[in-house]
Amino acid sequence: MEDDFMPVRISVNGVTHRLFLETRRTLLDVLREDMGLTGTNVGCEHGSCGACTVLLDGKSVRACLLLAVQANNHEVMTVEGLAQDGEMHPLQQAFWEKQGLQCGFCTPGFLMTAYELLQQNPDPTEEEIRFALSGNTCRCTGYQHIVDAIRSAAQAMQQQASVTTPSGTTA
Amino acid sequence: MKPSRFSYFLARSVDEAVQLLAEQGEESRVLAGGQSLMPLMNMRLARPSALVDLNEIGTLAYVRPWDGGVALGAMTRDADLEQASLAAERLPLLVEASRQVGHPAIRNRSTVGGSIAHADPAAELPAVMLALDAELEARSASGSRTIAARDFFQGPFETSLVPGEILTEIRVPGLSPRSGSAFMEFARREGDYALVGVAAVVALDEDGTIASARLGLCSVGQTPVRPTAAESLLKGKRPAKDAWQAASEAVVASLNEPPSDIHGSADYRRHLAGVMTRRALALAAERAERNR
Repeated sequence: MEDDFMPVRISVNGVTHRLFLETRRTLLDVLREDMGLTGTNVGCEHGSCGACTVLLDGKSVRACLLLAVQANNHEVMTVEGLAQDGEMHPLQQAFWEKQGLQCGFCTPGFLMTAYELLQQNPDPTEEEIRFALSGNTCRCTGYQHIVDAIRSAAQAMQQQASVTTPSGTTA
Repeated sequence: MKPSRFSYFLARSVDEAVQLLAEQGEESRVLAGGQSLMPLMNMRLARPSALVDLNEIGTLAYVRPWDGGVALGAMTRDADLEQASLAAERLPLLVEASRQVGHPAIRNRSTVGGSIAHADPAAELPAVMLALDAELEARSASGSRTIAARDFFQGPFETSLVPGEILTEIRVPGLSPRSGSAFMEFARREGDYALVGVAAVVALDEDGTIASARLGLCSVGQTPVRPTAAESLLKGKRPAKDAWQAASEAVVASLNEPPSDIHGSADYRRHLAGVMTRRALALAAERAERNR
């Protein structure tokens, strides 16, 4: 078969990767095996559990249901892209403080799903959070602390935004 | 849990896509949103020899006005349909149902055309298109044709598309005045496949009686189901509890093969179909009253 390999250029967390890939490989496997980004976890591999959730051009997707070649010339963000300059993202901070994780396997998927939610809706209600999280499975926490963590992160991010965005008088 | 080998082709246009499908033969498959095909490939339940990827054909993703209703490009993503103000204004049923397709991260990829062409009897949009009398446009290397939704769904995962054909557009006529619609489903978890889902459209006459009622059910048979006997019962009736009751009994009586699995027995699904039909009709009629 001559069409089962393809050169690709994929930007992941702002870094451009040029690879020559077998077309049948999923983005999930290429992130982990070729780029060493093992934060994105392999769960069910059929789109049900959400452990492999990443952002493609800013939108949450299942990395197990995307061929890596489909990410050619697109931008991917994984959980490794959340922390900046060694500082945890407010979502990560809140998951830690509110015990939003136990074994941690599902956590990267929850973080990326929550990241997209807060981009679209900076002040979600509990119901909106639960609706957004409906596609992510956690077998440890019972979800309550995850919901608490996301509410807390939303508050922290709004406070941060009001401090760092000068309103004219406080600048 | 990894796909088997295949040749991959990224189509840049519909013309190119149908040409590629014709060249690659019957074992090739179209890759739309991939939210059903990719799981099947990961589990090796599907082993296509070649994939023709439609995801970069921008001209296949749109929501446009058509005949008082809307025309949807087959590659319109469910998340985009969910946000489409034209659809919300003309056919809110589409928006209400698309919100219940899978989970947010699924809807960011899944497409309207993909869901219809995949023809999962448990999927929402096929039942909705059946209830809304949609017409479907198919293209192949040898031309195009229009297929009515009622002629499209042939069996579980089986449609009247022939090898080499691609679903390109879904056209949904607008509703008559004094109409209301509702989509309701019962699932064990938000976003999971429905145990039963019901789409209902009720149009009222000037005197407030029912001019017409249309229904589409998912997860209750081999295909999405349009219970026409129940629909005709409602014509001319007052929109009230006894009418919903009679219609839901007719729906239950018409279901001969609801699936039975660990999530619910056939009898339970039959029961749920009655309950959800009553509720969906009542809500659709209530919304129709508001549009009078």
